[in-house]
Amino acid sequence: MSTPTTPKTPPKKSSNPVPNKERIKMPRQHMPERDPQIRAHQFTEVNLGYSEELARQEALRCLECAKPTCTEDCPVGVNVKEFVQLIVDGDFMAAAAKIREDNVLPAITGRVCPQEDHCEGACLLCKRGESLGIGYLERFVADYEQKHFDVTKIVKAPPTGKKVAIVGSGPSGLTAAGDLVQKGHQVHVFEALHEIGGVLVYGIPEFRLPKQIIREQVDIMREMGVEFETDVVVGRTVTIDELMEEEGYDAVFIGTGAGLPQFMGIPGEHLNGVYSANEFLTRINLMHAYEFPKYDEPMVDFRGKNVAVIGGGNTALDAIRSSRRLGAGKAFILYRRSEAEMPARIEEVKHAKQEGIEFQMLAAPLEFLDDGKGWLRAARCQKMELGEPDASGRRRPVPIEGSEYEIPLAVAIMAIGTTANPIIRQTTPGLVTNKKGYIQADENTQKTSRKGVFAGGDIVTGGATVILAMGAGRRAAKGIHEYLTTGKW
Amino acid sequence: MFKIVHAQFIAPGIKRFIIEAPRIARKQRPGQFVIIRVNEHGERIPLTIEKSDPEKGTVNIVVQSIGKTTHLLNSLETGDSIMDIVGPLGKPSEIENFGTVVVIGGGVGTAMAYPSASAMKKAGNRVITIIGGRNKDLVLLEKEMREVSDTVFVTTDDGGYADKGLVTDKLRQLIENGTRIDLVLAVGPIPMMRAVADMTRKERIKTVVSLNPIMIDGTGMCGGCRVLVEGKSEFACVDGPEFDAHRVDFAVLVQRNAMYREAEKRSLDDYKQELEQKSHAPAEETACALEGRK
Repeated sequence: MSTPTTPKTPPKKSSNPVPNKERIKMPRQHMPERDPQIRAHQFTEVNLGYSEELARQEALRCLECAKPTCTEDCPVGVNVKEFVQLIVDGDFMAAAAKIREDNVLPAITGRVCPQEDHCEGACLLCKRGESLGIGYLERFVADYEQKHFDVTKIVKAPPTGKKVAIVGSGPSGLTAAGDLVQKGHQVHVFEALHEIGGVLVYGIPEFRLPKQIIREQVDIMREMGVEFETDVVVGRTVTIDELMEEEGYDAVFIGTGAGLPQFMGIPGEHLNGVYSANEFLTRINLMHAYEFPKYDEPMVDFRGKNVAVIGGGNTALDAIRSSRRLGAGKAFILYRRSEAEMPARIEEVKHAKQEGIEFQMLAAPLEFLDDGKGWLRAARCQKMELGEPDASGRRRPVPIEGSEYEIPLAVAIMAIGTTANPIIRQTTPGLVTNKKGYIQADENTQKTSRKGVFAGGDIVTGGATVILAMGAGRRAAKGIHEYLTTGKW
Repeated sequence: MFKIVHAQFIAPGIKRFIIEAPRIARKQRPGQFVIIRVNEHGERIPLTIEKSDPEKGTVNIVVQSIGKTTHLLNSLETGDSIMDIVGPLGKPSEIENFGTVVVIGGGVGTAMAYPSASAMKKAGNRVITIIGGRNKDLVLLEKEMREVSDTVFVTTDDGGYADKGLVTDKLRQLIENGTRIDLVLAVGPIPMMRAVADMTRKERIKTVVSLNPIMIDGTGMCGGCRVLVEGKSEFACVDGPEFDAHRVDFAVLVQRNAMYREAEKRSLDDYKQELEQKSHAPAEETACALEGRK
């Protein structure tokens, strides 16, 4: 098999037998998925993955553009055209190696990347109907590789003698680690929690991204030579200065993620039954609270109760679909704009609807009401209408006077974004952050104000997506490699 | 895995563990805590650090059996290991020469107050320590506290040892005697900390309490440990665990800490039942064997 360190192969000629005119007419192959009635009560993965036959059928639709816009729009620059051609050839391991040249976590991005905003959104087939199923194909190839992976075939790059510390094992950290180890640097990843994966583990539920997939991808990285250490909160357990001065790291990459959950600052947010999405999802995903009492972490009893998630992003959908699986009676999304402005992936919205999630659009809570014993009883909400576009380009929600209404609620989960975690900022002198507390880093090299220290992902940009964080991890790896080889800052 | 180099009960239901955790030992400062997870299926709970030994690379934690996890932890012996220990977490105590500092430790909270008392003494303060316990057995670290304090008072709820009464009775005496107090640091059960806060608020004595809300990650990520501080949300793990006692809404803390009471009770009942079955199992087997022989 090919290995992660295989040099780039020259472009090949297409063996796709279908004429271009015919390809446009071919329908997109559907992703097989579990029955919504059944899966709404289980945490097992919803999507089942393409078969080899479906994958080849879908791959045949690729128009093999001379200037592939899909690759241009990919934050890590995956060579879509070539890996898809290799699927047409039936050489799935070669396809996997092709993806790995640019993306060390294909089984993860194949599942959670918002492809419609990147490769699939840029696909020329979109103009004639449905885009190529690039995400589904990537997932197929990655899963195939996983089944057939031969660790003995890994070729390690000659050691450079340079040590890099990666702070945080989320998507940006793992990507940087994967890229740097392939250059021959010694890479050590520090993780604050007890499992490797960061937001992939604590944030994204099993039904969308099984933990086993992350473990397998991490295991491949271990085989490639990346070292992992859990239970280390950099800033508290060891500082960045100590890593560089006392532990001999030549460079540090900070990929700690966005961090602190935001609340609305409305009355009643301290009532029992009001959660941040981070806490709720951490209990479910990292701590397995849905398997209580087999696992010790407890969870409020959701069975038959009214549950609302406030927010419209992927986190909001993960939280409400998890609530459904915990047995929530009425489960709904409360979002202050309309469905068109929801930042969530299209597929998640579709899946949520199939699972009976209600969408209450253009509404926001004003207050959470008490049952007299410290528990949430209801939310007083207000209706909204859309006004002029705001800084985000989306139409601004404007409250409608006199539209207040009350809805009975046992659980409310706040999924309205996060703010920067202060620990590294407070414990790293000279590290420049912006007004909001996010670390300032160069857009191309991810260099910070501190020599040898790089940063990327949500801790630089604020809450974004897995693939954007991976893109930053990639750029940082390039920047770090250049710094380590030239010594120039 | 982190090895337990020493484990010993220091009072009924209260055990001291010395755990090999060199990174934490090196960095720990007074006022900070750790989060532990006993095993693969375990929950994460915050625990007090009594002290640490940077040279030996060990930290001491003092654990009172309350729920399942603490019972399970206290069943571990020297030579066993725990799955995870992470820290030191939270902001260290603000240590400076305030003048006269009254350090109040209630029950197992005394273990957390101890390193702060010690540091306050080193910083040049006059340290008056009040240790409270329900009974004689639950008066912890008296000897250690005497070594770092100018004066130590001990109270027990039942009067079985030292002075009968509450730590606040002693504090009131100090105030009424006209003792100049520049700072009060109170660590213990919530009702105790609330009572101390109420008393010093009237006297306008700066008072710091160390809070123990429900917590998962301990790094600011989950927001489960949020406490209401003058109507504003603050996170005990990154903004605390020490807060100005006069600004804390203790009622909300009590209410939030009761959130999982039912589940916690179930966990503990299941655990005790499991233990009971284990201890009865051999006896039952013998009984069955005898039955068979008949």
